[in-house]
This record gives sequence, structure tokens and C-alpha cells, in this order.
Amino acid sequence: MKVLTEAGLNKVKEIVARYPEGKQKSALIPVLHLAQDEKGWLSADTMDYVASLLQLEPIEVYEVATFYSMFHLKPVGTYLFEVCQTGPCMVSGADDIINYIQQRLGINVGETTPDGLFTLKTVECLGACGYAPMMQLGKHYREHLTKQRVDEIIEECRLKAGVLN
Amino acid sequence: MSVKLLLEKAHVEGIRTYEVYRREGGYRAAEKALKTMSPEAIVDEVKKSGLRGRGGAGFPTGMKWSFIAKPEGVPRHLVCNADESEPGTFKDRYLMEFLPHLLIEGLIISSFALGSNATYIYIRGEYAWIPDILEQAINEAKANGWLGKNILGTGFDLEIYVQRGAGAYICGEETALIESLEGKRGNPRIKPPFPAVKGVWDRPTVVNNVESLAAVVPIINIGGDEYAKIGVGKSTGTKLISACGNINKPGVYEIDMTISVEDFIYSDEYCGGIKNGKRLKACIPGGSSVPILPANLLLKTAKGETRYMNYESLSDGGFATGSMMGSGGFIVLDEDQCVVKNTFTLARFYRHESCGQCSPCREGTGWMEKILKKIDSGKGSMTDIDLLWDIQRKIEGNTICPLGDAAAWPIAAAIRHFRDEFEWHVKNPEECLVRNYGLAGYADPRPIPA
Ligand code: FES
Repeated sequence: MKVLTEAGLNKVKEIVARYPEGKQKSALIPVLHLAQDEKGWLSADTMDYVASLLQLEPIEVYEVATFYSMFHLKPVGTYLFEVCQTGPCMVSGADDIINYIQQRLGINVGETTPDGLFTLKTVECLGACGYAPMMQLGKHYREHLTKQRVDEIIEECRLKAGVLN
Repeated sequence: MSVKLLLEKAHVEGIRTYEVYRREGGYRAAEKALKTMSPEAIVDEVKKSGLRGRGGAGFPTGMKWSFIAKPEGVPRHLVCNADESEPGTFKDRYLMEFLPHLLIEGLIISSFALGSNATYIYIRGEYAWIPDILEQAINEAKANGWLGKNILGTGFDLEIYVQRGAGAYICGEETALIESLEGKRGNPRIKPPFPAVKGVWDRPTVVNNVESLAAVVPIINIGGDEYAKIGVGKSTGTKLISACGNINKPGVYEIDMTISVEDFIYSDEYCGGIKNGKRLKACIPGGSSVPILPANLLLKTAKGETRYMNYESLSDGGFATGSMMGSGGFIVLDEDQCVVKNTFTLARFYRHESCGQCSPCREGTGWMEKILKKIDSGKGSMTDIDLLWDIQRKIEGNTICPLGDAAAWPIAAAIRHFRDEFEWHVKNPEECLVRNYGLAGYADPRPIPA
């Protein structure tokens, strides 16, 4: 069974070639990223598949996937809001932003909207402290958040998802 | 105006591209190093420069390089630590985003000096868009003969690879980073053996911060002696400071370490003063792990001398009345900020980031978070403050890696300098929920602006 796309599998080969012979375990984190990008999250099946790709024991993959906070072991919404809550963001008003998003989406931190569109998480310092409050949305950061910016971002996601209410 | 060695060209249009970077004098240092210098001579220049590791520990880079073991027939590796995760710190991100070729050039010279033919940039996973920028720069450098086989006809081969982490502060610690690069959990290793002897895949390895490696470029360009003339004492060269919190102009600044803390905060060239005309209460000058200082001890040392933005001056007074340069993450708190709450968020951070290997850190960070949450929400007792002090004492120095210390120090300093604010929370359980303690005795010694 092929879990990853052809393009993904080619990328895996390219990644493995970066390390010395026999050290393909080094490719594990990059390959888990790749699998998560394709699948949205890491199911046990996906992890087992990654293990077989890299000739590792499944436990070696679970160990790593459970250690790093960026790997999702459960499905998340199409749009994942990861809002920073650490000191520098907190002193710049992160709490208000988190509360506002909860209210706007009608969910608590850690939850997903019933339509599966949005998940809200809090995260620790993402290295954008000077541009606080901030969140990660997909590959990029959204910085200098205000309530209005949050509204715009939610709107933007809804538009993209084609379910503008 | 401070001299700029790293960010001088940051605002040149198109500096991200090879073409513009080269036109602006880029890759001159690499050319000089590879064509006219021996690896040993490069290490000597870096030693002479007095460059200290810019990731936080401040260990002399040249000395670290000279420790690398050279067993016959065993490949060596340089690893660039781009796992910038210390709260308050975002300077490496700036360098990589805007001056990717400066880092690549620094990596070429440093790899040549250390004899690394495969160099890895380990970047925090959340900086998900930056690997594309770096890989683009790597490809351009390669297309122009600066990477690959037999670079500039010297017989030196080099490939640079970008490796993403996946969300773990601990991987900024060099042995945890190495574990992670090997595809494992980021559990720090017991030292010795040091990475210089047994690092990635058991090969001799040097791990250096992004800013340190970028600084190698100006060091080679102007020479180690000239570099060492900039700055003061053992704080040579320039340092990037990422300033954040309640200031008018947050951002990344390059300073030459002769500027006073007061000027850095209040001058328009840098932070531009406290936001909304408020008064300064406290500052964490070197990333969240270093001791917080109240305004009076920040601007002047306990001896009443002006405090400067450099390694020695920031640590003047030790932990009793001083702090540290750390990573250069400069976090400013105004009069409306609650030190208890701020300390709570940091405790939560360290609990979240503890790898769980050592009991004092794994258990201690959890307890510190819980107790601080209790005090912050008006449910604490006086004995909780003592308990907190006791727990941090028992973590410090009792763990494999410095994360334990990093978790303990901010809490110790907060209690040391702001004990009355903690006690006020305990004595005023309801009031503390609706108002802040304010400035009290820590007031910024500067006169209130009219
Ligand atoms: S504290 Fe939020 S990005 Fe650093």
C-alpha cells in the first residue's frame, strides 16, 4: 500500500541521500513532516508506513512523533490557529486575542469547530516576540494581531474553503 | 550610530539574491579564506577576534573550534544551530530571512576551517518558510561554484543541507540537537564525550549558532584583530539584539556593545522608549532564561555605575543584582505588567519544554507552574513562595542539560527582586485579580516625562 504520493516518495529518496550510508533514521523528522503535510495528521498507519520506508521499528517512529509538538496525532481542522501565549506575547495582549478567537469560533483552546474548518491551539514562543501578538497559520506567521486582523483571517479562511456564510 | 558588520546591507533591495549579495561585496571573505588561508589560519583569526557564541552561552567560538578531534579517516561535521526558541529571541530568524547568503558564506568558511564536507543547518520546525529561502541561497551559491565539488579549485568539497526540527525548545541544546538530527527524541546527552569528539553519528562535530557563523564573514574580511577592537573587554564585535515587550520600536538591532542599557531602551535609534508613555518596570535582558531585573538595577548596577549592553556589564553583580547577555532577547515590561503572571507564563513554557529525562526538571517545572498559577489567581499562601524558592534551588545544577537552570533562574530572580509583589498577591487575593501591583519600589529612576 502506498500512503505517500509519488512526488512525496521521490522527496523521501532525496532526503535520505543527505545522510551517510545506513543513517537513514536521520530522515525521520523531515519525512514525518512530509507525511503530515500530505495527510494532515499522523495516524498509526501513516507512522507504520514511515517506519517501513526508513527501515525502522514502528516504536522508533512513535517515540519521535510523540515528542515533538508540531506532529498531530489526531486530526485537526483545515485551518489550525496556533496562538503564542508565552511571556513577550502575553505582555503584548495575547490573552485578549486568544479569548477573542475562542468567542468568534465558539470553541475553546484545543477544540475544533463542528464543521471541521478551524482548530485553536496555544503554543509557546515561536520567535516572533517583537511582532506580538501572533499565531502560526500553516506555513506562515500572522503577526501584530488585533481583533480586526483576527476577523479578517477567519474570513479569509472561510473564503478559501468556499463556505462563506 | 553603531558600526554594523552583519546588518549593514540588510536593507539593500534584493540582497536575498546571489546577484545583489555578490555585487555588494558578498563572498569576498569566502574567496579570501579558501584561496589564501589555511584552515588553521582561519581558526586563529576567529580566536583573535574574541567572538563569543551568540546563541546564549557566550563560549569563545575559536576555542570551541580548536577542540574538534581529527581522528584519521573519520569525517567531521559542522552543524548550524538555527533552532532559535528562547522566548524573546528572534534575531537568527531575521538574519536567515533577510541575509541568507551571509549565513551560507559564513558556513562555507567555517566548514573549510573545520574540515566539514557535509554541513547541516538545523532550523526550528515552526520557521517553516525559511528553509525555502535558505535552499534557494544554497542553490544559487552552488550554481556559482561556492558549493559542491572542488570549490574554487581548492579541492575542498562541501554540501549544505537544511534540516527542520518539529517543535522542541530543548533541541537548541547542542547534544539534544544532535540526537534530533539523528532522528531521535531531543534528549540531551551526558557530556563528556563532548560533540567535538563524539557528535552526530559519533563523528567529531561543532555546533554553532547562526549569528556566530555569520560573524565569521566580517571577521575574515576585516581580520580578527580589527574585529576585536570593536566593543569593549571580552565583548568584542557586534551583537544582534531582538527587542520586544512594551517598547515603541520592537525589532532586531545590531549594537557594538558600548551602548548603555538606558540609551538602548530610550533612544530613537533603538527601542524608542516605553510604549504609550508608560514607565519602565523591569526587563529580561537576554532571553527568558536569564534573571529579570527591576528598572533601578537594570539601568545602573548595584554600585551605581551605568550598565552597558555587553556580557560583563549585564552580569555585573552576579545573580544577586545582575543578569546576563544570554541570547540577546531583550524583553521589556512596563508599569502595567504583573511579574507574577509573567513568571507564570515562563514556568509554563519550561514545563512544556522539559524533555522529561531528569526528575528534578520534569517534576520541578510542573510544580513551579502549578504554584505560580495558584499565586497568580489569588489562591496562594506565603509558604507557597518559600516552596517555589526551594523547588528552583533543587533543580538548578541537578540536571543533565542547562534547561533545568534556565527554568530555575527566572523564578529565583522574580522572587529575589519582586518578593513584595508575590506577597501582595497572597495578601490581596481578590484585588490581585482586578488590578496590578504597579511599580512600587522598582520605579524607573528616570524622572516622569512631562
Ligand atoms: S513570545 Fe510569542 S513569539 Fe515569542
